[in-house]
Amino acid sequence: MKDLVYVLTDPVGLHARPAGDFVKAVQKFACKVTVEKGGRKADAKRLLAVMGLGAKGGDVITMSFEGEGEEEACEIMKAYLEEHL
Amino acid sequence: MTKLQGTRVFGGYAIGTVSVFDNKKEDVERRHAADPSQEEARFRNARERAKEELQALYEKTSASMDDESAKIFEVHQMMLDDLDFEDAVMEGIRTEGINAEYAVLQAGKNLSEVFAQMDDEYMRARAADLLDISDRVIAILTGRKRKELAPTDEPVILLAEDLSPSETVQLDRSKILAFVTRFGSVNSHTAILARSMGIPAIIGLDYDAEADGQTAIVDGYGGLLLTDPDEETLAQYKEKKEKDDAARALLLELKGKENITLDGRSIEIFANIGGVSDVEDALQNDAGGVGLFRSEFLYLGTEDYPDEETQFQAYKTVAEKMAGKKVIIRTLDIGADKRVSYFDLPAEENPALGYRAIRICLDRPEILRTQLRAILRASAFGNIAVMYPMIASVWEIQRLKEVFEEVKGDLADEHIAFDENMEQGVMIETPAAVLISEELAQEVDFFSIGTNDLTQYVLAADRQNPRLARFSDAHHPALLRAIRMTVESAHRYGKTVGICGELAADTLMTEFFLTLGVDELSVTPSMVLTVRDAVRKTDLRA
Repeated sequence: MKDLVYVLTDPVGLHARPAGDFVKAVQKFACKVTVEKGGRKADAKRLLAVMGLGAKGGDVITMSFEGEGEEEACEIMKAYLEEHL
Repeated sequence: MTKLQGTRVFGGYAIGTVSVFDNKKEDVERRHAADPSQEEARFRNARERAKEELQALYEKTSASMDDESAKIFEVHQMMLDDLDFEDAVMEGIRTEGINAEYAVLQAGKNLSEVFAQMDDEYMRARAADLLDISDRVIAILTGRKRKELAPTDEPVILLAEDLSPSETVQLDRSKILAFVTRFGSVNSHTAILARSMGIPAIIGLDYDAEADGQTAIVDGYGGLLLTDPDEETLAQYKEKKEKDDAARALLLELKGKENITLDGRSIEIFANIGGVSDVEDALQNDAGGVGLFRSEFLYLGTEDYPDEETQFQAYKTVAEKMAGKKVIIRTLDIGADKRVSYFDLPAEENPALGYRAIRICLDRPEILRTQLRAILRASAFGNIAVMYPMIASVWEIQRLKEVFEEVKGDLADEHIAFDENMEQGVMIETPAAVLISEELAQEVDFFSIGTNDLTQYVLAADRQNPRLARFSDAHHPALLRAIRMTVESAHRYGKTVGICGELAADTLMTEFFLTLGVDELSVTPSMVLTVRDAVRKTDLRA
């Protein structure tokens, strides 16, 4: 299990379209991926669940990776978040 | 004549014929399906077709409008692919053994409910998207043609239940005078569209479908729909509309233009705001920034001190909406004529010369600390500066700067982001501040002259007393000299100076301010373009 803590810098955060792109990126991994904000956890492969977190700029999110390729997935998402969110 | 009240989404007036768009959704039949795998296949097939439709809509919209408006159809495609949506539909088909269309309806409703109950207004508006995507799939499954808006020859006032994102995009925009919907939210697609088209829009108005074809007036400012108006009302609104149109014409003509005199001297024109909702007006009127964000709205009308988070959200929202343009937040100016019970302030003989603003903060630094923390945190999200009111002595600003540094230190220790270089300024509104403006200029980054209080203090004339009107002359030479002295002190130390009182919007004064080299005028949003017009007609060589 790998954890990744990140503070969203894009003011709009994980809303509609950015959330869609985020989910698409996560769906490429075989491992189980969750994203948590303020004690609420969502399956990171599910768009509506991710949008439902209502994560905005300034919010801290924690992503957890578990299973096949978790190390690599975590690295890729770290770079993804830094570039896009 | 009937008069109905709704909620304003976008201001403006419209007079014309009503067209009622009856877009109530039809009932979907619930059936037991003999073969679940066949229903599954029907759903998957319909979903693919829905995505194709959405792709076509995306392309059409990005060509006819803009990418920003078209994005919604991309999001709809993503939503259709969402696993929660799919799971919910499959659950209905497999477990309950129902037909695909009913399973889609149920899934869309349930998920939309989840969004409708969220705290965030933006997320609540997504509920409409879920209903829209499920309705699209259902229409394909049942072979129903989704209702189209009938084309009209003459522009109309459109009345509808609510308009879905895909319906709004298919509207012929040149044929719509105003939108009135029974449902919807201020963030719904109808609302967003109305704002981008600049036409009046009202939501939550329980209209009568019989109004179809009647003459009506839409008062977007008041959120009113007047059907079958009498002659007198019609004449009244025609006049209002003419004035409004003239103001908009000025807006169109001057929007995006520089604030520059005929001989090339430029000046910033900012807006004064008193709450988060005023930002829209500031942007609409093309303000270059917010020169005075009064923070009192957070303290007034509440039972207790506003907490850091509430303040942070308000400041952050404004900073974000201004998108990099400067926002000067004035720390609380409670006291004098603005009383708040939980501050527990004693009654005073002479409140204007009394215990107010920074004087309270210096005694009770915890109030200021909370506000400064919220302002500093918000500074990570835009271009924010802070300004202290009612300064009369150098020690006051020195003490405030110490508190400011302490708060910055705390935030740094807690690894909370803020703008390291956030500017601090003072209001110049007491004669004392004018007379020591050279010393003050060495302590701060900028000045803002509050002409309302400065007038009453320089002329010793209470501005609340109507009998003193002729004694509180804002063009009094004493006041003009005070302004000149302040500007000169600021510039001697390379600091900027703005004017944020009523006088800033007085176009008789524009030339005087330009001659002095005032850097910025901050006025009520509706005056921004009037002042711009005055600046552009000024020639300092003459």
